[in-house]
Amino acid sequence: MQKTYYDPADLKKFGNISEWNEELGTKFFDYYSKVFEEGSLSAREKSLIALAVAHTIQCPYCIDAYTGDGLQRGITKEEMMEALHVAGAIRGGASLVHGVQMMNKVNKLDM
Amino acid sequence: MKLKSLHKRHNELAYAKRQLEILSNGIFQNGDLLKFKDKIAETKQFPLRPKKLEVLQINVGYMCNQVCAHCHVDAGPDRQEIMTRETMLQCLEIIKKTEAHTLDLTGGAPEMNPNFKWFVDEASKAGIKDFIVRSNLTIITSNKKYHDLPQFFKDHNIHVVSSMPHWTRGKTDKQRGEGVFNKSIEALKMLNEAGYGMPESGLRLDLVYNPTGAFLPGDQMSMEKDFKKALLQDFDIHFHNLFAITNLPISRFLDYLIASENYENYMYSLVEAYNPTAVANVMCTNTISVSWDGFLYDCDFNQMLELKVNSKVKHISDYNEEALLNRDIVISQHCYGCTAGAGSSCQGTVT
Repeated sequence: MQKTYYDPADLKKFGNISEWNEELGTKFFDYYSKVFEEGSLSAREKSLIALAVAHTIQCPYCIDAYTGDGLQRGITKEEMMEALHVAGAIRGGASLVHGVQMMNKVNKLDM
Repeated sequence: MKLKSLHKRHNELAYAKRQLEILSNGIFQNGDLLKFKDKIAETKQFPLRPKKLEVLQINVGYMCNQVCAHCHVDAGPDRQEIMTRETMLQCLEIIKKTEAHTLDLTGGAPEMNPNFKWFVDEASKAGIKDFIVRSNLTIITSNKKYHDLPQFFKDHNIHVVSSMPHWTRGKTDKQRGEGVFNKSIEALKMLNEAGYGMPESGLRLDLVYNPTGAFLPGDQMSMEKDFKKALLQDFDIHFHNLFAITNLPISRFLDYLIASENYENYMYSLVEAYNPTAVANVMCTNTISVSWDGFLYDCDFNQMLELKVNSKVKHISDYNEEALLNRDIVISQHCYGCTAGAGSSCQGTVT
């Protein structure tokens, strides 16, 4: 057993998940590649969304993959960081908006 | 930013022999990665053979006003290798006779060769269909004596191909030197004013994009769209096509890869992106590259690695197109750079 949970080399083996369930694996990867195709949103915009989500779910594989993908697409570090702040804002906002719930509760219980 | 060439610094990577050693050792020696020769043999493409000659590329000297971090030529102001008028005369004889439809002048900054204008003037009389000059843009604004270059190019119907690694200042200057972006924009405006790159214009202006680090270029069409949008919006600049070129692991880019500990990963990514379809169209199959001192190579990269053509004919003075067609192309592991993804050449992707 390896000593760490994450190994960068595992990212390249992502496709291997189909070996233990070919039908679902294939469907997933077909879906995945379709999602990232140029559509109403550009592939570039989708790459930035993926990068922001990668940080939100804190997936090291995805961060690795979509930082590299962004560089290849000519996305600048300024754009990448802005995308992360969108993720950060939503994450922070998600905590803070619950403050209203807290306030409601306090107002109800407190004299 | 390093202001001196590897040659001037006597860096070990200034020597072709050392670069070729590095490219054949380590991961390619211990079997982690297949050597290029074995890789193309898998699809029965070894030995790599030339097809019809289409492009005659002449490197008129390694002197340049810039010292770009990724330069495969190791060009710079301190390089003294300049093609003489005598060698140019030999080239002109060939230009008149060649079957190639494209003549491609490169450097260094080709304009810095003292005989550049005379040579272009003479060569343009041969009536070659596509006459390219690879201009780094900043040369046009660097000195008063070069300010007339856009008009000079126009007078000779030159196809201008210029490097532009990004549409933002930060990324461009990091690779090509402080201030390069602004000067390039200024030069592009001058070229546009002369009619170059305008939507309906026959005066061709293409840009070359190559990545600003240890990663492969993205899709050429999408990059072109992004470049066009940004340059038009921000600076009202027009150009025709964008060529996406992969950085080959030689010279200053190899130095960068090793110093930044990216070499192995970069070679892995090139090999993983290997595309056998690209092999059939790599530029060495339709190009002959001539060096400043008149020697012949399969491409500009082989020229920098001092890998002369594998033919009896090795010098422009003995040039024989038919004999040259009957040769095996010289390859090493740097060739993976031209076969990755959609492939890469001085004209962009090859698939």
